[in-house]
Formats: sequence, C-alpha cells, structure tokens
Amino acid sequence: MTEATRPGAALRVRPRRGRRGLHLLPAMTLAVMLGPVAAGLLGTLAPAFGILPAAGLVEPGLGAFRDLLGWPGLPRATLLSLWTGLAATAASLAIVTMIAACWQGTRTFAVVERLLSPLLSVPHAAAAFGIAFLIAPSGWVARVLSPWLTRWERPPDLLIVQDPAGLALIAGLIAKEVPFLMLMTIAALGQVEARRSVLVAQSLGYGRETAWLQVVLPRVYAQIRLPVYVVLAFSMTVVDVAVILGPNTPPTLSVQVVRWIGDPDLALRLRAAAGAVLQLALVVGALGLWRLGELAVAALGRRWVWSGRRGTSMRLVRPIAVAMAAGSGAAVLLGLAGLALWSVAGFWTYPDALPEGLTLRTWQRFAPALAETAAETGIIAAVATLAALVLTIGCLEAEHRYGLRMTRRAMWLLYLPLLVPQVAFLPGLQMLMLQAGASTGLDAVIAAHVVFVLPYVFLSLGDPFRAWDSRHGTVAHALGAGPDRVLWAVRLPMLLAPVLTAAAVGFAVSVGQYLPTLLIGGGRVQSLTTEAVALASGGDRRAIGAYALAQTAAALLPFALALAVPRLVFAQRRGLRHG
Amino acid sequence: MAEAGLRLDRLAILGAGGPMLRLDLIVAPGEVLSVMGPSGSGKSTLLAAIVGVLPPEFRLEGRVLLDGRDLTALPPERRHVGILFQDDLLFPHLSVAQNLAFGLARPPRGAERAAAVEAALDEFGLAGYGPRDPATLSGGQKARVALMRTLLSQPRALLLDEPFSGLDAELRAQVRGLVIERARARGLPVLMVTHDADDAAAASGPVVRIGSDARAG
Amino acid sequence: MRPALSLAAAALLATPAAAKTDPADWPAVLDAARGQTVYWNAWGGSTATNDFIAWVGDRVKEEFDVTVEHVKLSDTGDAVSRVLAEKAAGRDEGGAVDLIWINGENFAAMKQARLLFGPFAEALPNWQHVDVEGATVRTDFTVPTEGYESPWAAAQVVFMYDTADLPEPLPDMGALLAWVKANPGRFTFPQPPDFLGSTFLKQALYDLAPDTAPLLDPVDEADYEAVTAPLWDFLDALTPQLWRSGRAYPQSGPRQLQLMADDEIDLAISFSPGEASTAIANFQLPEVVRTFVMDGGSIGNVSFVAIPYNASAKEGAMVVANFLLSPEAQARALDPGHLGYGTVLAMEKLDPAERQLFDRVDLGVATLPPEELGPILPEPHPSWMERIEADWTRRYGVAD
Repeated sequence: MTEATRPGAALRVRPRRGRRGLHLLPAMTLAVMLGPVAAGLLGTLAPAFGILPAAGLVEPGLGAFRDLLGWPGLPRATLLSLWTGLAATAASLAIVTMIAACWQGTRTFAVVERLLSPLLSVPHAAAAFGIAFLIAPSGWVARVLSPWLTRWERPPDLLIVQDPAGLALIAGLIAKEVPFLMLMTIAALGQVEARRSVLVAQSLGYGRETAWLQVVLPRVYAQIRLPVYVVLAFSMTVVDVAVILGPNTPPTLSVQVVRWIGDPDLALRLRAAAGAVLQLALVVGALGLWRLGELAVAALGRRWVWSGRRGTSMRLVRPIAVAMAAGSGAAVLLGLAGLALWSVAGFWTYPDALPEGLTLRTWQRFAPALAETAAETGIIAAVATLAALVLTIGCLEAEHRYGLRMTRRAMWLLYLPLLVPQVAFLPGLQMLMLQAGASTGLDAVIAAHVVFVLPYVFLSLGDPFRAWDSRHGTVAHALGAGPDRVLWAVRLPMLLAPVLTAAAVGFAVSVGQYLPTLLIGGGRVQSLTTEAVALASGGDRRAIGAYALAQTAAALLPFALALAVPRLVFAQRRGLRHG
Repeated sequence: MAEAGLRLDRLAILGAGGPMLRLDLIVAPGEVLSVMGPSGSGKSTLLAAIVGVLPPEFRLEGRVLLDGRDLTALPPERRHVGILFQDDLLFPHLSVAQNLAFGLARPPRGAERAAAVEAALDEFGLAGYGPRDPATLSGGQKARVALMRTLLSQPRALLLDEPFSGLDAELRAQVRGLVIERARARGLPVLMVTHDADDAAAASGPVVRIGSDARAG
Repeated sequence: MRPALSLAAAALLATPAAAKTDPADWPAVLDAARGQTVYWNAWGGSTATNDFIAWVGDRVKEEFDVTVEHVKLSDTGDAVSRVLAEKAAGRDEGGAVDLIWINGENFAAMKQARLLFGPFAEALPNWQHVDVEGATVRTDFTVPTEGYESPWAAAQVVFMYDTADLPEPLPDMGALLAWVKANPGRFTFPQPPDFLGSTFLKQALYDLAPDTAPLLDPVDEADYEAVTAPLWDFLDALTPQLWRSGRAYPQSGPRQLQLMADDEIDLAISFSPGEASTAIANFQLPEVVRTFVMDGGSIGNVSFVAIPYNASAKEGAMVVANFLLSPEAQARALDPGHLGYGTVLAMEKLDPAERQLFDRVDLGVATLPPEELGPILPEPHPSWMERIEADWTRRYGVAD
C-alpha cells in the first residue's frame, strides 16, 4: 500500500517544507557582513570624540578634531583624496562608456571581453608596482627610448611617480578600475538587450555611438550605479596603491591615517580616529557630489534626446577609445612583465633596456618563504571564499524557496562594506576585538576577509543563479526530488561554471586584501600582499617582482581553474557549453 | 470511497490585485481536460499551484485532490504529479540515461535500475541512446525522453504546459498522439493548458476557458 | 601641539612586568625556551636583513629548539603600537610580540610606558664579550638601557657615492651643499620621519650647529631656535636642489639605494658602513660605488632587541637575543656578503678561535677599514629628533 491511499496520510505531513534555518540565512548573512562594519565604526567614532577608556579617557570632547585640524598637511591631504577619487572614477567610467558605445558587438569588443579576467585578477598592489617601474624617469619606457631618442644619458629629474598632484596614483587606479567597470557593464548589457535597441535607433537614423549613448547608457548606468559608487569610495580611500604611486608631501588622507595608527604615541590614535571620521564624511560627500553630477548629466541627456539631433558620426572617438583601453590594459600587463624580468635580473641599470644577465638567485632565495606565505594566503582565501559561497548560495536558495527577495535597500546593505572606507572601521574593529579578548590569528583574519569577499561573490553569482530556468526545478520536484536534491543534483551542477567563477572572484578579492590582513592579523598573519607591500617600503625590485608575481599567480590560478574545470567535467555536454 | 482522478475543489488563486482565477472541476482517470485562455490569464500559475510551486506572491484557496488525497499541504516532490513543458527541460549536465534514472521511482534499486532505464529506451524506440548528451538529440527525441522521464517517476496525474507548441506541425501531431496514448494507457488524469484549439480538439476531452473569454467555457 | 596625553597615560594602568624565568638561571631559561615560537617583529624592507633573520631562525632551531617567526614590519612603530593596544585592552599575558628590533625613540617610548620585560640583557651569557666601553651599548639615544634591551649590531653613518659622477669624497655639509648646487637633482635622503632621513638631519645639525653639547640633553633645556637655525638655513638652500626639487622623497633607505642603482642619484646616506659592499654583491648597486665619512665625525648607534612585558615566549626571546651576541652570529652580520653590520663585541674579549671568525671576513670593496671610519658622534636625545622631525614635516613635508 502506498502512502497516498492510506487514510489520513496527508494530515500527518507538516504544512511547510523543511526549513531548517535556511530562511534565517539572509538575515545572518547581513549580520556577518554588517556586524563588523558597525562595530568597527563605533570603535572609531568613540576615540574620535575623545573616548578611549583604555587610556582613562571617558569625557567626550572635540580635542582629537582640533588636533587633526592642527596638522599642517590636512587641507592638501583632504583635497588629494577627493581629487584622486573623483578623477579616477570619472576617467574609468568615461573609458568604459566610450569602449562600449563605439565597439559593442564588434570583434574588438570580444577581445576586450577576453582580456578582462586576467586584468581583473591582478592584485592592485602588483599592478601598482608594475606601473611604477614602467613610467618612472628611470623606468622601462624611459630605458627603451634612451638615450637614442630622448638623449637622456641619465634619468631626467622629472616628478612622474608620487607626484604631488596624484596623477600617477590616478593612472594606476584607472588601469585597475576600467576592467572592473567593464565587467559590470558587460553583465548589464546582457540584461537590457542593448544590441536590439541600438539597431532600432540606427534604423531611425542615429549613428551607432549616439544611439548607444541615448538608448542604452541610461539603462546600463542604472545597473552599474552601485559598482561605480564602490569604485569612487575605493579610489578615495585606497592605501596600498597610494603608498606605492601616491605622493608623500603629504600623502592622501587614508595613508596618513594608517601612519598615525602605527605611531606609538597614543595621542595620534585619537587623531587617526578623527581622520578616519573625516575620511568617512569625505566619501559620503563625494558620493553626494557624484549623485548631483548624475542628475545634471541626465538632464542634459534628456534635452539631447528631445532635440532629435542625429549627431554627426562619432567615428573619431573610436580609435581614442581603443587607445585608452589598450593603454590601461597594457600598463598592467607590461608592468607585470617588467616585474617578472626584475625577478630574474642580474645587475640592471639605466639606460639598459634589459638586464646584464639573468639569474634564478632571487627565486631560489625567496622560494621557501614564498611557499609558506602562499600557503597561508591560499588557506585564508579558500576558507573565506567557501564561507562566502555557502552564505551566498544559502541566501539565493532561501530567496528562491521562500521568496525572501532582496529589496533595493538590502542591495545597498550588501554594498556597504565596499562603500565604507576600510580605514574608518578596521582600526576600530581591531581595538574592539582586542578588548573582547578575541583571538587575532588566522580565524579573525578569515572572518574579516569574508566581509569583503561576500559582496563580490554575491554580485558575481546572483544574476546567473536567478537566471536559472526554475522550470528545471519544477520538473525535478514533479519527478519526486525534494528541495535539497534539486539544489545539489540539478541546480548547482548546472551552475557549476558561474559558481566557480564566483569562487575565483572571491579568491582574488581575498588575495588582494591589505588592510584587513595587516590590522586584524596583528602582524602575525602574513599574506603575499602584506609581504609585497612591506617589501615595497624597501624598494628591492627583485624581491617585489617575485612577490608581486606570486600574488598575481595566486589570484589568476583560480580563474584559470574556473574556466577549465567545467570544460573538463562537462566535455560531453553541449547544452552547458554556453552557460 | 476515494474519488478517482484529479479534482480542483473550489480552487481560487489570488494575486496581489485580488482573485485571478477560480476553478471547480474534476479530471477523470484517462481523461484529457484542456484549459484554454489568452496569455496572462494565469494558465501557468494554475499548473504551478497544482504541482506545488506557486510563487510566494500568490495565495491559494480551496483544495487540490488527487485520487481523494488532499495535495494542498504537500511539498511538490510528494504529490506524484508529473509535468511536461513546451521545452523538454532535460538536465543538460546529465546524459539521457542519467536523466531517466533521475526520474525513475524507487524501487527498482541497484542494478535493476539500469535494466529499467534500458527497457524504457527500448520501448520508446531509443535503444542505445542512454550515454548520449541530451543536447545532441533531435526535437522529437528530446520530447520522447522528457515524457519517458516523467512516466518513469510513476505519476498519478499529468500536467501539460503548452507541451507541443515548440514542435513543427508533423512532429507535433506525432508527439501529441504519443503523450495522450501513454497517459490514457496508464489511466492518468491529464490537465493540459494550451492556447491552440488543435491541441484541445486532439485531446477529445472537455475544454475549460479561463481569462477574458471564460464565459465560452 | 598634541594633547598632553602620551604613553605615560597608559602606564598608569600598567601592571609591573614580571619574569617567570630568571635570566640569571640560564639553564632554566634554555629549558623553558625549548619548543617555544618567538615572533620577532623586525622591519622587513631589506632582503639582506630578512635573510639574516631567517638564518638566525635556522640556527636557534637547530641548537635550542626555538622557532623564530619573522613578523615583517614596514615600520617598527607598528609593533610598539601593537603592544600598546594589547596593554590598553588589558592583555598582560600571551601578547603577539615576543621580540622587537628596536632603538631610539621607540625604545624610549616603550621603556617609559613600562612596556618592556627586564632587565635581562646583562644577564645573558654572551654579554661577557660585549664591548661595553667602545660601542654605546648601555645608552640608546642617550637613554640608559638598564638591561631592557640587548645590543646586536653597531651602525655608523657613512655616505655612499657613485665615483662615476662624484669622484671625490665631500669633507662636510658645506661641501655637500656646494656639490648639490652644482649637480641639482642628484641627491636626496629618505623622507623624515624615516629614521635614516632623520639621521641625515641630525648629522647635518652636528656639522652645522655652533655648539653641539645641548644635543645630548632634552630639547626643552636648550635654546632650540638658536641651535637649529643653521640647519634650517642649510635645508632652505638645499631642498630646491634635491632630487625632484624636494617635492618627493624616497620612503626608506633601500628605496634610496634603488635610486642610486637606477642612476637617478649619485650620493646617499647609509647607516651601515658595509651596506654598499653588500648591495654591490647583490647586484643592487653599481660596482663603482664607494663610501666616505665626513671629517667632523659621524653619528653612530647600536641596534637592540627588546622583549615586551607581555611576550608569550620570553625565554625563547632571550635565547635569540643571546644567540645574536654569539661570535658566530656577529661575524656573519659583519660579512658584507650577508649583512655588513658592525659588531658590538670587543675583539680582545674573544679567544683566538673566535677572533679568527672576524679576521676571515672580507669587508668588501666599498667598505672603509675601521681605522678610516673616524670619530663616532653619539645620538642626540630622542626629544631632539621628535622636534626636528615635526618641524621638518611642517617646513618641507607638506609641499606648497
């Protein structure tokens, strides 16, 4: 006798599918991400307003801010943060827009798409080192052109890297942010049926670029607005890139705040906290400014659309767009090549384009330490990524099963750890963790990494996960499979490629983290990135080359695996080839 | 005592804007009932409600009974209601045989499962296709595998969601004939939603119209 | 001015540092140290020192079963503030830092705030070889060490110069200024408060100040303006002629070395008479680089290691500190092929076999023999450094 014919069988079934806490996961995920941010902000705000119980200070006051205002470098450092952030973001967005408007759907665009992953996975610090060596007056470009073309028998005394205006810093940021915004734009293009819209507009007599700007850009921008904000907040507050490429007389505000945190004088801790609060306010202000800019551009755009001007051809922009994108890509790749060469160089002085000899000495010297650090970096990244994947898939599955769909506001919350400057909450978090007696070893660092890895994993996996044809699930249910079996046996295998890609993204993000590893690890946890940045203070290009290459490899390898594994596993499955 | 067949007992589906659909009907074993209506009339939502995957923004009133058993509170995997869509929806990561084994009810167990899958392939004229990648099959072959997979799960009712509209005219008649014949042979109540009068006619069963021209039903 | 809050505030909350193991009972120390892991916080910007620390780790592992983990800092202040944060959080045991490479203001700050374990240094077995008369091992930037830190390397200011572009040594700061004016853009120094950059300022101050005696007392007790006026005049003239017109500076000593290797500068300050030879051996400097000292003498100081009051592996840390004072480690540090640091041991206190270790070291092409290094000037009181650094930053460190 089967169950269905047994009288009353239906009554014994619980009215709801087994939840087992899955429905609590979205809230838990937000707590995992926002808890540290909120706690850290509190830990920063209190000392900024003079409260530091550990030093016997309990009376709130504005002394820290007065002290901050008394620092002579403040006006310049503040302006520098604003200027470099806004300029880098605007330029990156302009390049991406030009490339997409001029070249979407062409073979050139396909090449751009293919180069994205490797460029994206190059950690910021490694890219910055490479660019620094490339463009310095005694750098690779000058060496190749000297002295036969430039007549520079000795390197010219030009202030190119670490210039007080922050131009080198802006260039370094652009080179890394263009690939990121490009990726986001490509994802958005798929959702707005850009090709067809452009075709329609073209049939109405508009040129391709004009058509793209008028009918595609507004919809694409709505999709990439949050990533653009992330780029803005990041560019204003980045520490490792600014240490390498940014000015020092004075440095940007965030770099200075980190220096104060490292000072043995407790008073500077208060000043650092006040600086961090100022940094936070700066980011909020810059985001507001950017929003106003958006409104202005939108108003101008509407007038343009209304005017019906078809616009003369924008053909001239096309080569410029390609040159800019190629330039920023080449800067990263050539810079890495330069670092690779340094890591095997014998004596190599200006103006030789190549070293006098090649030697494996550097690698032999660093191999044992590199292997150890790489293993630690890998463990941190793997565990943080796994945790982020579990939480992300859990959230998305809860969304699917219980309709707990993220609201727009929740999406903002997801981005919050990427929008709040790291210097504004990590020092506070470090202090709180110490006071709570929490361990500050590997586990704490991993937990801190999850905060930054999770948003990227979520953003990377969210769309493909939701785009999955849920009728496959319906069929599988109808065939007798429960929700868990559908998830494990149907959905996840079908989504193997995007899951692995999201994992690779998460891994690369973790590998690239500098401040969380440094501050939360208390110096005991060393990653390839913290080692590379510590070496940067020494300036031994051979060592930096070896570490930066190892760092890049650590980030790149998972991307290669994410591409290769689905191809191997599903070699015989044509239906998944384009998934 | 238990009334055989699929019964929608004063079933109402309520969306955010109020009632969307009300039905009260019974499909007898071996009978094919066609539900017709324009797009947006809630045909697919109706099937989702019967299978048990109604999106959370909808609410259900009334009951769904299968052979007298109330399905309303059961999870979809325990309802024993099979469904076929316009697309074959074979799992692209599994081979043809793995797709069938996914559907095949237990028992059989162990080695007998392979034999059961082989037998089904034989029966549908697809012997030797087991290891194939579903993406390499023709449209008709895919439709047959999808039907086979559903039947192997021993459903007690079959739902069809515009099942033939993706096929060309000749294949359409062929596959339609096969599905209806197999369902009848097993005495399954079949509920088909379609917007094609041909399908409804070929089913030679009762027709219910929903949506704006519901009066005609 | 900073609020009148300093490490002293934290010190009020301090509990006295107590040793579980008495350093005088060395066998007990060795026993307790066995199996311990020592987190040695040391600046990680120099590959030569990193390699040396790794070698020390191998040796103490072999001999005493003590594991050394080198925590590579970009600034020694990081370790100090770490211990401070732990103290503020009430973590008086099981701290993250076991041993710090330290001297000068960081030591003064930690000692004043009672963040150090000790005294232990003079109880170490190898202390018997230390040159207590010659090298300044009992004061650190005029602050008495009182056994709270153990010396391990002697340093002395020298200038490295590229003989291809600057054929003759410069006898004093006046000559340096004249040469820089004739060769603008070919000299720079690490940006203060980097210790090497600050050292350049102090070296210039010694050379230019009418009376150097007040430098050894706290700055408050002297006429700061009068003593430093010649220094600022000198810098006002020098800065516009520096590399990048003084609008950017290398951030550390090795970074400055790289500039020399890239032929961007021809003259650089160093705190290690052997550094140039070491760098040449490692392809980091051209072979034509040599070193000189100025006629009026040059600042010398000693690098120490100290143990925080809450270190987790105090015994292991003492074992490492003691090993650093062994003739074996000192001779290796002296070798420019490895480190090129001066020794803190007195040769006459060693037996002939031990002395031979030092005699065998080839000091390298660019290293001055000891008799040519000239007189050593003591480090000024740390308060001078703080004042001068702050003033330098205000005048030149925030351009425009």
